[in-house]
Amino acid sequence: MYDQLVTELIDIVGKDNVLTAMSDRITHSYDATQEKHLPDVVVYAASTEEVSQVVKIANRLKMPLLPRGAGSGFTGGTLPVRGGIVLVLTKMDRIIDIDTENLTAEVEPGVVTAELQRQVEKLGLFYPPDPASKEFSTLGGNVAECAGGPRCVKYGVTKDYVLGLEVVTPTGDIIRTGGRTLKNVVGYDLTKLFVGSEGTLGIATKIILKLLPKPAAKKTMLVQFETIDGAAKSVSAIIGAKIIPTTLEFMDAATINCIRDVCTIPLPENCQAVLIIEVDGDAQLLDKQVEQILAVIKPFGILHTKIAVTDEESEEIWQVRRIVSPSLRKINPDKFNEDIVVPRSKVPDMIRALEKIAADYGVVIVNFGHAGDGNIHVNVMVDMKEHGMEAKIEKVMDEIFGAAVKLRGAISGEHGIGTSKAKYMNMELDIATISYMQRIKAALDPNNILNPGKIFLESYPQPPAAVSIQEPRK
Amino acid sequence: MKKSKNKSLRDFEKVIRECVKCGVCQAHCPTYQVIKKEGAVARGKIALAAALLDGETGLEERLQQDISMCLMCGSCVSKCPNKVPTHGIVGAIRREITDNQGLSLIGKGVSTLLGSPVLMKTLGKSGAILAPLLLKKVPDTSGLRLRFPSLIMKDRTIPHIAFRNLFDRVPEFIEGRADKPVVGFFAGCAITYVYPEIGEMMVAILQRMGVSVYVPRSQQCCGIPALSSGNGKLVEQLAETNVGAFRKKEVRHIITACASCNGGIGEYYETMTADYHDFTGKVIDFSVFLKQQGLFAELAGMDKWPERIKVTYHDPCHLKIQGITKEPRELLRALPNVDFVEMESASTCCGLGGTFSVYHYEESKAIGARKIPGLIESGAELIATACPGCIIQLQDIINHAGLQVRAGHILELIAEALK
Ligand SMILES: Cc1cc2nc3c(=O)[nH]c(=O)nc-3n(C[C@H](O)[C@H](O)[C@H](O)COP(=O)(O)OP(=O)(O)OC[C@H]3O[C@@H](n4cnc5c(N)ncnc54)[C@H](O)[C@@H]3O)c2cc1C
Ligand code: SF4
Ligand code: SF4
Repeated sequence: MYDQLVTELIDIVGKDNVLTAMSDRITHSYDATQEKHLPDVVVYAASTEEVSQVVKIANRLKMPLLPRGAGSGFTGGTLPVRGGIVLVLTKMDRIIDIDTENLTAEVEPGVVTAELQRQVEKLGLFYPPDPASKEFSTLGGNVAECAGGPRCVKYGVTKDYVLGLEVVTPTGDIIRTGGRTLKNVVGYDLTKLFVGSEGTLGIATKIILKLLPKPAAKKTMLVQFETIDGAAKSVSAIIGAKIIPTTLEFMDAATINCIRDVCTIPLPENCQAVLIIEVDGDAQLLDKQVEQILAVIKPFGILHTKIAVTDEESEEIWQVRRIVSPSLRKINPDKFNEDIVVPRSKVPDMIRALEKIAADYGVVIVNFGHAGDGNIHVNVMVDMKEHGMEAKIEKVMDEIFGAAVKLRGAISGEHGIGTSKAKYMNMELDIATISYMQRIKAALDPNNILNPGKIFLESYPQPPAAVSIQEPRK
Repeated sequence: MKKSKNKSLRDFEKVIRECVKCGVCQAHCPTYQVIKKEGAVARGKIALAAALLDGETGLEERLQQDISMCLMCGSCVSKCPNKVPTHGIVGAIRREITDNQGLSLIGKGVSTLLGSPVLMKTLGKSGAILAPLLLKKVPDTSGLRLRFPSLIMKDRTIPHIAFRNLFDRVPEFIEGRADKPVVGFFAGCAITYVYPEIGEMMVAILQRMGVSVYVPRSQQCCGIPALSSGNGKLVEQLAETNVGAFRKKEVRHIITACASCNGGIGEYYETMTADYHDFTGKVIDFSVFLKQQGLFAELAGMDKWPERIKVTYHDPCHLKIQGITKEPRELLRALPNVDFVEMESASTCCGLGGTFSVYHYEESKAIGARKIPGLIESGAELIATACPGCIIQLQDIINHAGLQVRAGHILELIAEALK
């Protein structure tokens, strides 16, 4: 049967694009979660038609099928936990068109986010969503995970820019959702349903995106605080003053400790928190905005403020933010990286809750992230070789997610659920809601072939089987 | 068996485990960017290396193909958050392959090259096919033989092998001023045999500074092409010879004008399990050396020529990954005869990659071709660089694109300015 499958796949995509060797399966067994699950076969598709045909085969054979972009996901979305076919879309990487009159772009799913950004910026346009992985993640992956980034405070996340999609459904049909217009109320909003569906409801094969005019200028500043509370209150104060900066990133003391040695901007010992604030827009208005922000945050214990004048200085400030992730390993070998989100006014409460959890359990928790939209990257740094750590980590996670939900937040802001967070879904959503989602999945993917085992834990109650009313009574 | 001076795959185990599978390397790996398959990127190769160590796979054919898809350019390494040395790891796997199956198998991945009629026309004008006859002038151990085996490189345009090589043109030792140090010049194959005039210019510039110059005759190929083809034994032999060659005279610095050689005798020898640190510590790229010696300031002080040539710069990978990106540009900006313009994609790989282009000429060209739009946009008449390997490849790419741009060495421009 395996040989038959391979022959059929080769007929569709050609010999070079069907990979079956052990080494091929190994190179498609992971994503950024670092977990490893071997697929049975790997297929690289080049067109919607090919995708559709491959899906039809998988559906006929009831074989798991895993769409894969750049494999940079943090929650295991593309991991073949039950084997099957990994369908890679990186070769579908054409920018089909950039419409400068209607401010839209149509792309294939394998286009790398930053590549689109570079191309539209050449035309004076702007595609705002900027996940830290933008230089390598694909737009298909961004759509599937509804990726966000620092700029989302002001500009929103991926879902705010997807106008329409071409989707191959789990049964292999090709459908179109939305379109090229900003307004569209014809039928259900399937576009929104697909965005963030983590490759479980269909495979996006074309994406129509909304673009904006490129902001004329921007200004970046780095502000050092005496206390984390001061920084957290500043965030609320800025938003409270009805100023929406482009980005509002924060780092706590533990984060600063990790980067102090490798950072080109001096961060003294008494600096307990940092905010990176960027504003963009008309050049003349920027200085005024900066002044306004500085006035609003003045009462909150500022140690030092650096305002970038040149592009290089602004780049230097952003470099401080970018070195954070890779520097964390210095504390402890194992990192549990979560991206909870709370209403932005609750950031100070969430930070306090995290400090308490760290103290109660005696673990190091490093926090940084997008304070402006309440999205905090919580990194619990431990050594799993330590006795009893596994059990402890479970409890710590429960507490962290519990605290976020209690503050009316969510257990994931951008990274998605995948396999990593499936077991925490019910902390945030009630059974009725989860089962509603599962019924959608069951209706659209009757054989459960697309990315099975993701988002929903098996243990959730299965929807009751549909009963036909015409069924004769026995 | 005698323990090799090259690191084994096992020696890399710790760093292999440090790959966190983030995928950042995808943005920087030239082979991935044209092939778009995970097997081509650093992350994929590290996964294979780990699987080899864990015995999950053997040196199967598909693994060998993936491992052959690497320029060993190191672009991934400098951007990797954990600095996983993929180029070194790939080298170690290639050595395992040759140790297991002999050298010839490496050539298995040789892609059949398609003849291009259009190109044949340009060929006559812009270059010549390296004739086997001319290759006779080059030693058996030279990387040139590995890099440009004429038989399978049908449509590559490359320069002639010079009639008189560098060693026929400059003396082995040139006495300088007594108050100035003695410096060594490591020329490398490409400068010695293909571009001896660049070597002569280097020596003349050094002479003008008053230093004594030592160009030992016994120096050989740096070993980068051998390293790239997995010939560990040859690398060892060459390293031993080269280190020995510069022992005969007390030199303060060993200057290179070829980025690959710099990466070979500087960086790579440094990783070998032999005591070459005294040697490797002296290796210095000409641009860094000339800056230290105050030549930049002198050039900047000269009157700008009324007629200047518009020049852009290509970063050779072997300099880029050592962070030598500013000096060559400062040099070009300082030159009175040059109008320097930056180009987009200045730092992307030319695609030569040791012996990569031999086995994967089509991919190699595709990688290089990514530089063309930026080059055209810059409007430059000359693309200068600091590595003769890059010059050969860039000129080939330019010829294929049908442009009127010349690829050349920065030293040519300095020599012109100092005339
Ligand atoms: C260093 C680093 C930084 C990151 N920073 C951020 C950040 O700031 N913000 C953020 O939101 N995320 C971030 N991420 C996570 C990740 O990059 C995003 O989730 C990204 O959107 C994934 O894109 P990808 O192409 O890698 O998708 P993959 O990982 O390949 O796939 C992700 C999911 O999408 C599905 N999928 C992929 N393509 C399609 C398609 N065409 N149709 C349907 N389903 C598809 C897959 O099945 C899978 O479920 C980061 C990751 C890393 C490693
Ligand atoms: S950038 Fe480094 S750590 Fe990240 S996947 Fe590539 S090799 Fe691994
Ligand atoms: S050394 Fe160069 S070609 Fe090889 S994996 Fe790294 S970036 Fe890619």
